[in-house]
Amino acid sequence: MAIEPVLTLRQATLSFGERELWRNLNLDVMPGEFLAVLGPNGTGKTSLLKTILGQQKLTSGTITLLGHPVREGSRQIGYIPQQKLIEAGTPLRARDLITFGVNGNRWGLPITSRAVRQHVDSVLAAVGATDYATAPVATLSGGEQQRIRVGQSIAGSPQLLLCDEPLISLDLQHQRGVSELIDAQRKALNTAVVFVTHDVNPILGMVDRVLYLAGGRFRVGTPDEVLRSEVLSYMYNTPVEVIRSRGRIIVLGAPEGYGVHDHLEHHQRGTP
Amino acid sequence: MCTTTSNTISEERHESINVVNLDDLWNQIFGFQNYGELLLLVRNSIIAGAILGVVGGLIGPFVMTRDLAFAVHGISELSFAGASAALLFGVNVVTGSIAGSLLAALIIGVLGARARERNSIIAVLMPFGLGLGILFLALYKGRSANKFGLLTGQIISVDNPQLMQLLVISIVVIVGLVLIWRPLSFSSVDPDVARAKGLPVTAISVAFMILLGLATAVSIQVVGALLVLSLLVTPAAAAMRVTSSPFLTPLLSVAFAVTSVVGGILLALGGGLPISPYVTTISFLIYLVCRVIGHRQKTRGNGGRRLRQSQPVSAACSTTVAAAPTEVRA
Repeated sequence: MAIEPVLTLRQATLSFGERELWRNLNLDVMPGEFLAVLGPNGTGKTSLLKTILGQQKLTSGTITLLGHPVREGSRQIGYIPQQKLIEAGTPLRARDLITFGVNGNRWGLPITSRAVRQHVDSVLAAVGATDYATAPVATLSGGEQQRIRVGQSIAGSPQLLLCDEPLISLDLQHQRGVSELIDAQRKALNTAVVFVTHDVNPILGMVDRVLYLAGGRFRVGTPDEVLRSEVLSYMYNTPVEVIRSRGRIIVLGAPEGYGVHDHLEHHQRGTP
Repeated sequence: MCTTTSNTISEERHESINVVNLDDLWNQIFGFQNYGELLLLVRNSIIAGAILGVVGGLIGPFVMTRDLAFAVHGISELSFAGASAALLFGVNVVTGSIAGSLLAALIIGVLGARARERNSIIAVLMPFGLGLGILFLALYKGRSANKFGLLTGQIISVDNPQLMQLLVISIVVIVGLVLIWRPLSFSSVDPDVARAKGLPVTAISVAFMILLGLATAVSIQVVGALLVLSLLVTPAAAAMRVTSSPFLTPLLSVAFAVTSVVGGILLALGGGLPISPYVTTISFLIYLVCRVIGHRQKTRGNGGRRLRQSQPVSAACSTTVAAAPTEVRA
């Protein structure tokens, strides 16, 4: 029996007025596959996630989730948004945020069964957050909050995990911790992962395929197929050099500086 | 509409005191003569106060997490305009107040999705509502106590039909909140993720604004348009100072709100002053105490963190868990 893809895009085109972000995008994301969506700002990475979430209509083409046209949101989706710290004073503890990932859709009072509580305990353990399970979310550091968000996104055992720059504002150590968590969940639950990032290096060892968006063009393939000087030079329409050094990929000469961005800005915020 | 014995008593006392004598002042603020008889007279008010305390206490934490404190104030001013129009045209004041509230709540809910827009819309609506209210009151030829009551509270005058009305609206608000409780908390804290999970975040938000409009309209009947925040915000703000539990927060908030309203009515009873200063003072004092307790928890406690040597749970997490600042804060 053939395995059905989790996510399918056919001849998908998205444009805002005159500006075309991508045209005729064909993509199948299989269960358990880790797809990294790369490219400079303004090329439609976040718009792609919005399209998958049903919040953005395609200009033309089709998009299906688990064989059905996408609707606005789905319980089969786990979502880690661009990091936004929880406001101080929010009356929620870390474990409550994860519980929302299990039953936040259900109407009525927030009464949780013992089974759900035990499940939440195991998720807390899996993301290494047991020690601050009952701490108010807003008192947690950026890295801790992001762990809780990963826990929330996987708590509902989704078939597709959408991550929108989940590593931004984390230091290198937490970047590795959070991306390893996502990878471990993908392997344990065979969840497909669509991971939007501007820096592929923290997840380079986990990525199966890359969707690279740039200059109105796109390329899909393994990192070795896509992240090459001639491919990116063609996409950016200017000479670009891709250098591999000690397991890291550095892109030189790309407009808007993909791969050579300043890491310092990420280290100043969110470091515990 | 507002002609019960206690109101008459209060007006007589107002007239008899011109020169301030400290003893008289004390007795006016805290008087307990004929307390038993008065208690019977205001039984309705106490019941109404307790119910409104429950409503305010339950909705308050959502007002706080959704950052709607200023919106409550804006809604209450339009509610005041509605109530004073009702007074002028001789229709039911509660109905007028609800009409004003709902209108304001929907305008704010629909136009003010983002905080900054919302604040400017409220700032525009509020003086307009207050101005309209003043106009209607100026045109109104009836008893002046009624006018003042809309702004500063008039619960002493609750009669049986009004009590029923308050009761019904309060039950609607409480049931509505219970029904949408979990999705409402989810989408208040984390709207993006809630929407991704398929929750109708916008519809939930509109439903909440309607409930908030109703809650504001009934609260105005107790503490008046100007002091509604003391019922819908202060108790929740106090509760959130001492706990982050999603179960304890509404419970404490309800306890604080009921204490403030019922306590305020009981204290105001003998003195013959309006009840609102008592209600607002009690809820303010509760808030102060909670701030102190919350501060102590923060400096002495561990913020809900477990203070033990953390065990790396899996190989994947071990590196970062060890680096997490868990132990440092002990």
